Amino acid sequence: SSQNVVPTPVKINLINMLSETGLQVIEATSFVSPKWVPQMADHTEVMQGIRKVPGISYPVLTPNLKGFQAAVAAGAKEVSIFGAASELFTRKNINCSIEESLERFHEVMAAARAANIPVRGYVSCVLGCPYEGKISAAKVAEVSKKMYSMGCYEISLGDTIGVGTPGSMRDMLSVVMQEVPVGALAVHCHDTYGQALANILVALQMGVSVVDASVAGLGGCPYAQGASGNVATEDLVYMLNGLGIHTGVDLQKLMDTGTFICNALNRRTNSKVSQASCRL
Amino acid sequence: QEPQASGLPEYIKIVEVGPRDGLQNEKVIVPTDIKIELINRLSKTGLPVVEVTSFVSSKWVPQMADHKEVMRGIERHPGVQYPVLTPNLQGFHSAIAAGATEVSVFGAASESFSKMNINCSIEESIEKFEEVAKSARNMNIPVHGYVSCALGCPYEGSIIPAKVAEVSKRLYSIGCYEISLGDTIGVGTPGSMKKMLEAVMKEIPLSALAVHCHDTYGQALANILTAIQMGVSVVDSSVSGLGGCPYAKGATGNVATEDVIYMLNGLGIKTGVNLYAVMEAGDFICTALNKKTNSKVAQASFNTGTV
Repeated sequence: SSQNVVPTPVKINLINMLSETGLQVIEATSFVSPKWVPQMADHTEVMQGIRKVPGISYPVLTPNLKGFQAAVAAGAKEVSIFGAASELFTRKNINCSIEESLERFHEVMAAARAANIPVRGYVSCVLGCPYEGKISAAKVAEVSKKMYSMGCYEISLGDTIGVGTPGSMRDMLSVVMQEVPVGALAVHCHDTYGQALANILVALQMGVSVVDASVAGLGGCPYAQGASGNVATEDLVYMLNGLGIHTGVDLQKLMDTGTFICNALNRRTNSKVSQASCRL
Repeated sequence: QEPQASGLPEYIKIVEVGPRDGLQNEKVIVPTDIKIELINRLSKTGLPVVEVTSFVSSKWVPQMADHKEVMRGIERHPGVQYPVLTPNLQGFHSAIAAGATEVSVFGAASESFSKMNINCSIEESIEKFEEVAKSARNMNIPVHGYVSCALGCPYEGSIIPAKVAEVSKRLYSIGCYEISLGDTIGVGTPGSMKKMLEAVMKEIPLSALAVHCHDTYGQALANILTAIQMGVSVVDSSVSGLGGCPYAKGATGNVATEDVIYMLNGLGIKTGVNLYAVMEAGDFICTALNKKTNSKVAQASFNTGTV
């Protein structure tokens, strides 16, 4: 969601550099119509252009069967689908109800199963919605369970507008964990209110062992102009290192990658670790 | 949310250090009337403690040269404490003469830091503080102690938890009623916070402990959460995250009070503080300093119009 459209070679170089850091999963692109997401219009070139390192997964977003087919044709070996825990958010975003959106995914799931392609499910607005405000944990559990039953191997729970706190994270997870095994859960925290690392810490304490993050904290919040969005991978890895939790990621290489993309985008990093480290 | 159900304190005392620690570490020297206005606004937010200024020679800390005027100029709200820093007996007497009713002294868990900062060893510094504490006790003035470099030192690197415990114990034994453990360069993580607190909690009662986390590496809220999970119930923070890090140019320092309160509110923990009022005070001082806030809550709220 960066302001300018990033040139294809820069995207490819970014992904290639990330492939050298020890990260095991790098979300490459989105097979969505360029009419809706112009920043991802070069999805086919990116997918075909990146170096695919053995052992690393390069999932791509596929909102429907057409996108799925294009993704597979371009060489994708893993895809992701997006649901939401909020009816209003779903309606505003893709003009249908949650139930209808999940039905659309049935086709993708069937095709993926036939092609032996793993599917990851995202649930947006798990800790709050820009339109509905509070979201019930029961609703998050319901949507997560549906997506898991449809065949998603993992459900990434997204605090889309970053309003969550360790309190609401704990409450939401304790309900979701009754429906989906914790080994199949991931958290995708936004740092819009500075709560991301604290929220991730609570999730880890509850047994979650998959965490989404974005190098240099790329990606602002489309619902709060000028505010930050994704949590920075560097800051996350710094915390996990300090906790003695193994990630396999080389923090220095990660920071170098962050420096590269920030220079290419002519912007400052959102990673505090990066900001602090280059001055010491 | 029920904090008691999760083992968290029901109430957390927020110690607002923006006017002192914050402004001392900002590039711009703030005019006296702005400082006074800031403190007066903070006094109306429900914050129970507002650190006012530092009675240190203006030769060393020019930003706090107007300590007497600030101390005498602020409104004193009932129920709010207004501690000031006093590095030695001279500063202490000056503070009392200006109307101070609580003072703070600053130790460090690192010999190198102590030498570089105040040109003496840890033990020598504590001997000076002992003089302050004795005078304070005679006058019924509470003394608060800080321990810097609790999770790492810009010169020594790693700091062993046992050293932090030792210095904390020394400060507590000379009469400090509360010890604030400072992650001065923000390098701590929940891992190192836990180990350090475990060591210190063997020597000092939990109720006498506070944490003063810096957000230089983005770890502050996670570190504070860890501390409160272990029962710590006093947290230092700075409105708008005022106060950069003098050891990492351009990097942030103090954790923003707004972001801490947002987290504590979400945890169902009482603070008595009105978040919106703090954001307004933050907006005031950032406008006066012509700078952007370091509080993410403030950034997000002012952009969406909601909290």
